[in-house]
Amino acid sequence: MPWSALIGGVLIGLAATALLWFNGRIAGVSGIVNGLASQATGERGWRIAFLLGLAGGGVLVMKLTGQAASSPSGTPILLLAGLLVGFGTRLGSGCTSGHGVCGLGRLSLRSLVAVMVFMAAAIVTVYVSRHLPGAGA
Amino acid sequence: MSRWFAALLAGVLFGAGLALSRMTDPNVVLSFLDIAGDFDPRLAFVLFGAVATTLIAFRPVLRRARPVLAERFQLPLSHAIDFPLVAGALLFGVGWGLAGYCPGPALVGAAAGVDTALIFVAAMIAGSLLQGATARRRPG
Repeated sequence: MPWSALIGGVLIGLAATALLWFNGRIAGVSGIVNGLASQATGERGWRIAFLLGLAGGGVLVMKLTGQAASSPSGTPILLLAGLLVGFGTRLGSGCTSGHGVCGLGRLSLRSLVAVMVFMAAAIVTVYVSRHLPGAGA
Repeated sequence: MSRWFAALLAGVLFGAGLALSRMTDPNVVLSFLDIAGDFDPRLAFVLFGAVATTLIAFRPVLRRARPVLAERFQLPLSHAIDFPLVAGALLFGVGWGLAGYCPGPALVGAAAGVDTALIFVAAMIAGSLLQGATARRRPG
């Protein structure tokens, strides 16, 4: 039983609850990043604060648990993957946190569809790149 | 407490949760997605823990007239299951499967100075800006 994974998940759920309870906002990382460009007053400060906290809390626990793992993919694949994730999460209005953690918690059918589509697409992508002969990533 | 501080606190919890569950390690994520390989169930436990928490805790929060520090809740308005939603999720899923990074863990990895996360995040920002630019050209 991977307890640390379960506890980590609960922390993420509590973080999303805190942001909704205090600020009335959805803790979707891609949405928070994309809103940084907003010109409206009061839109930037909390986003920057959330992202600084995310980076600080994440890096601290990474260091405490001795993590420094990198992706097994090479630079061209990383660039393509980053482009797809940036473009796709903005087009589809959310990622694993916005649609996954928050959308499913709100019982949003729209988010459930998004989660099923991106999970399936990711599983197929890994299968093709790792198990189909000649595809190798 | 200010909205700024509440967001900082939520961010710290979120980042700590990602790193504690090792979602910041793309190999752990890829091993979950690799159902035909050396399967690692961690991601399912993370998602279960997070969604079980929001399912229970969002309910009383959303029954409030307003959030503690803001005038109103700002929730997504769209319920449409439309082409942008499905196409966006599809592209995101392919990118996620190629690198093992989704936006949160990638940002944490980049902040920790992990080289692959830095490359990924630079491209991710470019992808988001590209989508923003194409959406402005073709409104609607």
